[in-house]
Amino acid sequence: MTARVCADHDAAVAGTPDGATVLVGGFGMAGMPVDLIDALIRQGAADLTVVSNNAGNGDTGLAALLATGRVRKVICSFPRQADSWVFDELYRSGRIELEVVPQGNLAERLRAAGAGIGAFFTPTGAGTPLAEGKETREIDGRVHVLEYPIKGDLAMIKAHVADRMGNLVYRKTARNFGPVMATAAATVAVQVDRVVDAGGLDPEAVVTPGIYVDRIVSAEPEVAA
Amino acid sequence: MSTRSKDEIAAAIARDIAATHPDGAYVNLGIGQPTLVADHLPPGSGVVLHTENGMLNMGPAAHGDDIDPDLINAGKVPVTELSGASYFHHADSFAMMRGGHLDVCVLGAFQVSAAGDLANWHTGAPGAIPAVGGAMDLAIGAKRVWVMMTLFDKQGAPKIVPECTYPLTGLGCIDRVYTDQGTFEVGAAGVRALELCGISAGELAARLAPLTPSVA
Repeated sequence: MTARVCADHDAAVAGTPDGATVLVGGFGMAGMPVDLIDALIRQGAADLTVVSNNAGNGDTGLAALLATGRVRKVICSFPRQADSWVFDELYRSGRIELEVVPQGNLAERLRAAGAGIGAFFTPTGAGTPLAEGKETREIDGRVHVLEYPIKGDLAMIKAHVADRMGNLVYRKTARNFGPVMATAAATVAVQVDRVVDAGGLDPEAVVTPGIYVDRIVSAEPEVAA
Repeated sequence: MSTRSKDEIAAAIARDIAATHPDGAYVNLGIGQPTLVADHLPPGSGVVLHTENGMLNMGPAAHGDDIDPDLINAGKVPVTELSGASYFHHADSFAMMRGGHLDVCVLGAFQVSAAGDLANWHTGAPGAIPAVGGAMDLAIGAKRVWVMMTLFDKQGAPKIVPECTYPLTGLGCIDRVYTDQGTFEVGAAGVRALELCGISAGELAARLAPLTPSVA
């Protein structure tokens, strides 16, 4: 299925079922798809598992989604920050599950999901509490830990510009998890600053090819063709 | 002879990076105190700073009109880009670490063992929310992993220890520890002081016991 430009953010997250695993792009607020998250809050899906680097900052974006109480579990590398009070309160009162994953494992497990890799061995975390109970193997004299892919039902990411084929370019460090999450979910929704016609992006500069992208929504109103 | 300030420790690390990598180096500075090292790199050192959230040739902190919310460092502080910068996604950024492409990484620590084990991500205290970020990837991935910390904690207990009591970040991954009271090598050969600041060899041995640090 080729990418579709949606009329609004609600259309881009429509149909998300309860119990879905949702990949949410961003590193802190850079690259966070705030408008798609707000649409998912309106859409109302509950019992969600959220995969993201952090567990929300301040009261907007991912923090606002957590505050609805519709997130059962967070899989992330760095939940605790100066402004993660929404998550902190949910966690301390036992109302949310947490799986802490080393950041490189988070990125690589997403990449593996998108690339059809069944599992991989890595030295990251060997001998630490985060590898407890996991299969290990000595490779080239070094202990490696077996890690499995993380696949999403929905990915919500933010890019800078999309063309109508779904090709994406990003802006500076807001790229972060977008390109790997775009490969790792059954449905990929992207909010962008603007949409251009096919041919409007330099093919040599495309970061995420359109094959990975399902739904695009622009912050700028569509110009009638 | 007095102890070193944070800036003096950072300056010593910057000096050693430049001295050990005369042709330039790819360096990752962990969040917190290690970021001070950037301020002390000598002009023309050729050091290229990597930030885990997807950038090489990161510049200094941004101020005023230069602040761009899409351009931040691993500590989520707005930064600038230098000429020759590049951006890449998280899996590529961590492949640079995990694949052994970074020359030096400088991290903070709660404890370092004599064998070079690192504990820097979690106190394990009840109620503490664990957060690991990129620490475990940096610890096992960079060619040289150095620690910047105080030698003793606020209660006066040494942070170079026979075995880490805090949850581990990585095993045998640290080779050098820069502290306010000196610079130390750790590893298979045990603890060796390269330089002491504000502490005598005798006092060091007494306070690190049962470790028996050698002094260069």
